Amino acid sequence: MARKDELGRQGEECAAVFLAAAGYRVVERNWRCGQGEIDLVAEIGGEVVFVEVKTRSGTRFGHPFEAITVAKLARLRRLAAAWCEQADVRPIRIRVDAIAVIIRPGVEPVIEHLSGVF
Amino acid sequence: MGLARTHAVALVGLTGALVEVEADISGQLPGIILIGLPDAALSEATERVRAAAKNSGCPLTRNKLTINLSPASLPKHGSGFDLAIALACLGADQMVSAASVGRVVHIGELALDGRLRPTPGMLPAVIAASRLGHDTVMVPAGNVEEASLVPGMQVIGVASLRDAAIWHGAKLEPVPVDPILLPVESGPETVEPDLADIIGNEDAILALQIAAAGGHHVFMVGPPGAGKTMLAARLPGLLPDLDAEASLEVSSMRSLSGRSVGRALITRPPLEAPHHTATAAAMVGGGSGQIRPGAAARASHGVLFLDEAPEFASAVLDALRQPLESGVISIHRANAVAHFPARFQLVMAANPCACGQYGAPDQDCTCPPSSRRRYLARISGPLLDRIDIQLKVQRVTATQLRLAADTPRLVSALARERVVAARSAAAARLSGTPWSLNSDVPGPWLRGPHARLDRSTTASLDRALERGGITMRGYDRVLRVAWSIADLEGIPRPGIEQVGQALYLRKGMTS
Repeated sequence: MARKDELGRQGEECAAVFLAAAGYRVVERNWRCGQGEIDLVAEIGGEVVFVEVKTRSGTRFGHPFEAITVAKLARLRRLAAAWCEQADVRPIRIRVDAIAVIIRPGVEPVIEHLSGVF
Repeated sequence: MGLARTHAVALVGLTGALVEVEADISGQLPGIILIGLPDAALSEATERVRAAAKNSGCPLTRNKLTINLSPASLPKHGSGFDLAIALACLGADQMVSAASVGRVVHIGELALDGRLRPTPGMLPAVIAASRLGHDTVMVPAGNVEEASLVPGMQVIGVASLRDAAIWHGAKLEPVPVDPILLPVESGPETVEPDLADIIGNEDAILALQIAAAGGHHVFMVGPPGAGKTMLAARLPGLLPDLDAEASLEVSSMRSLSGRSVGRALITRPPLEAPHHTATAAAMVGGGSGQIRPGAAARASHGVLFLDEAPEFASAVLDALRQPLESGVISIHRANAVAHFPARFQLVMAANPCACGQYGAPDQDCTCPPSSRRRYLARISGPLLDRIDIQLKVQRVTATQLRLAADTPRLVSALARERVVAARSAAAARLSGTPWSLNSDVPGPWLRGPHARLDRSTTASLDRALERGGITMRGYDRVLRVAWSIADLEGIPRPGIEQVGQALYLRKGMTS
């Protein structure tokens, strides 16, 4: 596995732990369909949250959030619709969140969470 | 989350309006949104500000920034808002004191490395800030001298965004940088050419002094090589120094044109000599988006010299008629009206015909009569009507050249003294009226009880009017010039001789 993919996997793991600690129930990880992949699907208080996780090993080339473009969010929105189509129970409310994870070697990962970004 | 505001100045023409720059941080993905009618250069400010802030060691927040420029209805141009935008963003993020940022007007463009570039139009912008009740302005180091010309303004010069942030209370270590300065122009105060260089043409030299004394417009006709251009270039040297208000206006205009103003206000009247291919926009000002001053506006309080006047497009010449009357150029756009001052003295020079030799004693004109007639007719009657002094200039002969070596010639400094004395005499006579120059005085006042001349004095003039040689408007213009001649000669009111001379200066061309 390439180093960047390894980093991304680590970041998603961190994000899932972070969400669980914050009271979310993680429903799905790396859910795939024809159009792409959703990093995390979580649920809290009847609201389904689709999460884009972006991981970096530093901020030299910008903060992870800066790499989440409008196009990426638009795709996430479409994927969210696709997920809802195939879900057993249609969610009442949905939300799109972004989580940035900065994993510097030898340092505790830094996690930032923005809710309702789209 | 955070909110901060500060002030900048938007220029429309030479008048500035205060713009409030607000920055708000919201919990969203990173991004900068700039709203409030910015033009293209201003929209790009977001990219400059982000890079400059990062490279200055005080990066912008990672959240979304919304920047509002208010009032939104006012069109805003250029890159002078960068500094205000950057500091509003840092203030909203509490990197600097929002209260401190809010008290200061910020003007300046950012380079990507965080240094500040000098901004054109600094002087009128600072004047506007001062007039609108602000007393502190932060400007790029390269503009400090220019901004300090405005009295009663506290000017803070900063070389970089880092310095600016430190001034506003950011906890950063200062890093010395090389400030970006304006290119130094080689001697803006070049020596004005002297009247003593002119050989012969005593008539024309006298006419120039009369024009300078009364602020009259001049039209010179003569063959090539007669020295028309040389004469015109010496007119600014005869004009008195600019007063405080005029020098502020002339310096502002220079600043607006993107040229350096230097350490002191400009006190000598400007000379603008546009080429005859100039367009109407180049002459009176214009341009898409930002409205720039034209040659006529830059010549305000000085001399606008149009060499080869018949070669100008007639639309360009006629565009000058309105500013000649009102002293103001107004350029209308759908979203704004820009006003520029245009109190210039017009000097036009022309050859008498296309080949240039008509009327010259030493050579023959080869033009057919019809083309000769058409040539000067390119200058429209209404424009010519606004010109008080119309003068014929002849080539210098060998005899004059020999004579000139022995006779003492008038130098500009001496002529200027006479002009200053004449102008103060006119101002004293016109005190209590809205006018200060003879050329401003309307005809009815000249013919009214305050300044009416004896019948016997104006006899030659009355005869010319009777015969149809001059119009009523022309009559008034001759009177004005006659008063200027009297002022120059130091006599209380014009006599027969002065009126005759004025009539000659009006009709010298057609006789």
